[in-house]
Amino acid sequence: MRAALLTEYRKLVSTRMWWVLLLVMVAYLLFIAVVMAFSLATGGGAGGPGAGSAAVPQGVDAATTVYALANPIGYVFPLLVGSLAFTTEFRHRTITSSLLVEPRRGVLVVAKLVSSVVIGLVFGIVGTASVVLGGAPVLAAAGDGAFLASGDVWSLLAWSVVVLTLWTVVGVAFGGLVPNQVAAIVVIVAFTQFVEPIARVVGSAVDALSGVAQFLPGAAADAVLGTSFFGGLGGGATDLLPRWAGLAVLVAYALVFAVAARSTTLRKDIG
Amino acid sequence: MEPAAIAVDHLTKRFGAVTAVDDLSFEVRPGAVTGFLGPNGSGKTTTLRMLLGLVRPTAGRALVGDRPYVAIPRPARTVGAALEASSFHPGRTGLGHLRTLAPQVGVDDARCHEVLELVGLVEAKGRRVQGYSMGMRQRLGLASALLGDPPVVILDEPANGLDPQGIVWLRELLRLFASEGRTILVSSHVLAEVQTTVDDVVIITGGRLVHASPLSGLEDLAERLVVVRTPTPEEVERIAAQHGWTVTHDGGSLVVRGATAQQVGAEAFRVGVELHQLVDRSVELEDVFLRLTASAEDLATRAAGTPRGRVA
Ligand SMILES: Nc1ncnc2c1ncn2[C@@H]1O[C@H](COP(=O)(O)OP(=O)(O)OP(=O)(O)O)[C@@H](O)[C@H]1O
Ligand SMILES: [Mg+2]
Repeated sequence: MRAALLTEYRKLVSTRMWWVLLLVMVAYLLFIAVVMAFSLATGGGAGGPGAGSAAVPQGVDAATTVYALANPIGYVFPLLVGSLAFTTEFRHRTITSSLLVEPRRGVLVVAKLVSSVVIGLVFGIVGTASVVLGGAPVLAAAGDGAFLASGDVWSLLAWSVVVLTLWTVVGVAFGGLVPNQVAAIVVIVAFTQFVEPIARVVGSAVDALSGVAQFLPGAAADAVLGTSFFGGLGGGATDLLPRWAGLAVLVAYALVFAVAARSTTLRKDIG
Repeated sequence: MEPAAIAVDHLTKRFGAVTAVDDLSFEVRPGAVTGFLGPNGSGKTTTLRMLLGLVRPTAGRALVGDRPYVAIPRPARTVGAALEASSFHPGRTGLGHLRTLAPQVGVDDARCHEVLELVGLVEAKGRRVQGYSMGMRQRLGLASALLGDPPVVILDEPANGLDPQGIVWLRELLRLFASEGRTILVSSHVLAEVQTTVDDVVIITGGRLVHASPLSGLEDLAERLVVVRTPTPEEVERIAAQHGWTVTHDGGSLVVRGATAQQVGAEAFRVGVELHQLVDRSVELEDVFLRLTASAEDLATRAAGTPRGRVA
């Protein structure tokens, strides 16, 4: 298994895609963090989907709202980089040589999932650092302060890293389930950018659905962080699961996708 | 290095309506190069993929040594395989590709450099595979196969895209491996390409075995032709008739089928027939190969192409 992990890790880092995605994520998160910090610091309602609502977070709440952005805004990136672990193998047919050196297909799946934690941590740390880097100076200069000494802030940042890492693992498993690279990218982008936001807005508006909406992957991730970009900012009443349950739901997505991948994509003939 | 043989045992693979491999059985011995031959679409690649655990057989099994490929621990140390070229990530370098495999093969970077040198890719190893030519990809595939210094080597059309020097080099490499006692199985759709390399041949068509023997066994199947020039053709025809040889006229010479030049010469000498020329026509193995592999298809097309019930 150690060998399998090293192999998977080398596969990922020997191509350029991962750092292209990383750079785009950094640029995007820096930008969003600056805009959000600015709009919160000036107390305005200029940005964000929940803008214009009554309760604008103040003080440390403003800081945590900005610092928590890496997950809800940036989770598409670790999902995408994770999905590449399988989709590039099928796109370039390297799955053949991968299975020649490791014909136990279950081991291949597990190795991909586990090794993605490394790249996930990179995305988690860099992504989380990006929102702090973008948000903190603006909050300090124009708002109530950056609150970088606060224990709550640091705990939030740590959980942000954990969640982004988990997204990477979920991405790996999803890529195994949808090995067609274009299809996987389209589904991930569509789901994260349109389907889930809409589903969660609808979920928070319709009481009967809020129980279901809690189990959407993005809502589970919010539960881990304890803040909801959609619920909190909008002042809505989206109920979040407890943190442990949020973690469990994210892990469950990864496991279900992985088992499904093993029994569909990886059961098929390769050739 | 313990030699392991390959055994293909009643292997069948159907893709929907297409039967790619049909109840195929053959064995490959160590210490020899075996050519796995058949025309395009005859099921060579599918057979090799089943042998390597990539494709699940509809029926039958294939063993390397005493077990299926997937049950071999660290299989790349026992079996080195290269299937069709171009299965590389274009953004990876040649060396990068080998380094992704190395941990599971159980070798270090030094070995990666070593095999790159062996296949002649030292110059190109730092370049991305995107820019590799067909022959360079073929060599990189071979390098991947040899990474674990395996006693069994399986190559699917390894000569594709290689230049003449490359083909000679590959032949010598495979001969060397065979002399070391390794088991070598190479597929090709052209007999001539491997004729000087292989010891044994396994020939399939339409997924079915049509011939398996040492190369000399194929030579025995080649039709014997003797070209004879004589001032008394009718005498030669008489001799031929006595022995059951057939004779046809080809310009000013006679072509005798079913005998060697020795036999014809001895007989002519015995009965005192004057000969001006007596030549064995060189054995064309490719003709034998074409005849073996074409027959099944031709029979099928002929059957399909015959208008039913209208044969007067
Ligand atoms: N995945 C697949 N799905 C459907 N049919 C397939 C599949 N793979 C192979 N075939 C069919 O099986 C038959 C054998 O194909 P195969 O690739 O094994 O032939 P081959 O002997 O390797 O040919 P070539 O010399 O062209 O490489 C062909 O008719 C091919 O169309
Ligand atoms: Mg083939």
